[in-house]
Amino acid sequence: MSIIADPAAGASPASPAAREPAARPRRRLSIGWGLGFALPFAIAVAWEIAVRSGWANGRLLPPPSRIGGTLWELAESGELAMHAWATLWRVAAGFGLGAAVGTILGAASGANRTVRQLLDPTLQALRAIPSIAWVPLFILWLGIFEASKVALIAVGVFFPVYLGVAAALASVDRKIIEVGRVFRLSRLAMIRRVTLPAILPAWITALRTGLGLGFMFVVAAEFMGASEGLGYLLVDGQQLGRPDRILAAIIAFAVLGKLADGLLVLVTRPLLAWQDLGRDKL
Amino acid sequence: MLAIDQLSKTYADGNQALERLNLTVGNGEIVALVGGSGCGKTTLLRLIAGLDTASGGAIRLDDQTIAGPSADVGVIFQEPRLFPWLSVADNVGFGLSHLSAFEREGLVANALARVGLAEHGPRWPRELSGGQQQRAAIARALVTRPRLLIMDEPFSALDPTTRQSLHRHLLSLWDESRPTMLLVTHDVEEAVSLADRIIVMQPNPGRLYEEFANGIARPRDRMGVAFERLTREILKSLDQSLRPAAHAVAAAAEGQAAWW
Ligand SMILES: Nc1ncnc2c1ncn2[C@@H]1O[C@H](COP(=O)(O)OP(=O)(O)OP(=O)(O)O)[C@@H](O)[C@H]1O
Ligand SMILES: [Mg+2]
Repeated sequence: MSIIADPAAGASPASPAAREPAARPRRRLSIGWGLGFALPFAIAVAWEIAVRSGWANGRLLPPPSRIGGTLWELAESGELAMHAWATLWRVAAGFGLGAAVGTILGAASGANRTVRQLLDPTLQALRAIPSIAWVPLFILWLGIFEASKVALIAVGVFFPVYLGVAAALASVDRKIIEVGRVFRLSRLAMIRRVTLPAILPAWITALRTGLGLGFMFVVAAEFMGASEGLGYLLVDGQQLGRPDRILAAIIAFAVLGKLADGLLVLVTRPLLAWQDLGRDKL
Repeated sequence: MLAIDQLSKTYADGNQALERLNLTVGNGEIVALVGGSGCGKTTLLRLIAGLDTASGGAIRLDDQTIAGPSADVGVIFQEPRLFPWLSVADNVGFGLSHLSAFEREGLVANALARVGLAEHGPRWPRELSGGQQQRAAIARALVTRPRLLIMDEPFSALDPTTRQSLHRHLLSLWDESRPTMLLVTHDVEEAVSLADRIIVMQPNPGRLYEEFANGIARPRDRMGVAFERLTREILKSLDQSLRPAAHAVAAAAEGQAAWW
């Protein structure tokens, strides 16, 4: 985390004075981070010892060394990269689609009362449907290959982005809009110079939530018949009775999800350098 | 010249905030409005700023009717209302986007220096104190050189010392182009130390109650006899304006200044 925070602080357009106070919380943060590692690390070590000393057989829950070994094998054979790319590609396509549509509809509904009255009830009703319930329909409509998977992920990403953008637009501070009016901004200038920057933090938060859901939904999508992807690795591990492969895939999911989120934060951080918070919130 | 003619404002809920108010403010004149809560001061300023529309009457600035925000009218709100995503300098230059970056930077640097923020241009607003933020807001409003500057309790959130230093900064910037200024305040001493004319307003419905000319020479000494006498007179008038039966005729009998 602190590795990611460093270059961003350097890229911030703020004055040198702005950077100094950031140094202290960051150090406190890295200690807290180390502390967060302690528990899983202790459990892993304890389990490893338990299996090696014969206290437990480790058949259903393999020790960390065996999971690591499996991960290494998968990586060496190129399987891991292939599955990871397949998953990443699906998430990227679904996220792009869902985020784009969510942003556009959210903006329309947040900016215009009529659009909101027209759109919002329907979308709120659709939101009440557990998204996995769409799976059979999507397969019927779009086939069992990529299109139905991407569609499912897009649906998952869409709702948090739509809701986030619409809510952020509806709650832009009237006082700050008035400053724009005093300076006689045109409609377009008002959007560009006031509204967009004002909703940017909420939009990015919504995108992050959407991305997280995208990774949840890609698992569901890959359960419904895929021949590659980390989700396929999960199903495959189950059918082969190989919990080490399942756990390896789970770890790969966690790492990918965190990396994707970290990338999103890294890319958007310079846009939010003006915010008080966020510097230590990855 | 700012000329307000028979200005009325009735809100949608039937609340009559202003009733046929007449007021003229000469070019370069500084006028302070004081009055109890709810007598329509904010309403009046918002109408002049073009942020709301009047129910009747007209506002003219040098024979141009005001019917919306105008480049000639600068506004300072009670809160700084800086854009948190812009540096202090970019906030001050917000209304100068039609100029080249070079011209803009020169004007902004000068305005920042005038309000004692020369060093603070590259900072974020959140890194400034409340008083410094309000100074940036003053600079933002005056850097475009409006002919009329309106201010709604611009210093009310600040401590007395900061307030007095802001008065100096305001007058320093004002001196550059000498715009007409209309200031709402609850602080009678602030009114007396800044304004050429102090107007007491009266509620239900909002209208003018009494007017005081302020001939005290600048810089004004808050401890001086004339300053204290005028302050006392205004406080007395304020007190009377808020009595339920406050009546122009009755008060006029006591032999004070001009009446409506
Ligand atoms: N948006 C509004 N809708 C309805 N009534 C309003 C609105 N704004 C103000 N009023 C009413 O108009 C009257 C004048 O309000 P205004 O805010 O102009 O008073 P003020 O003199 O600025 O008071 P204060 O000194 O407390 O700021 C009040 O009775 C108030 O309740
Ligand atoms: Mg008010």
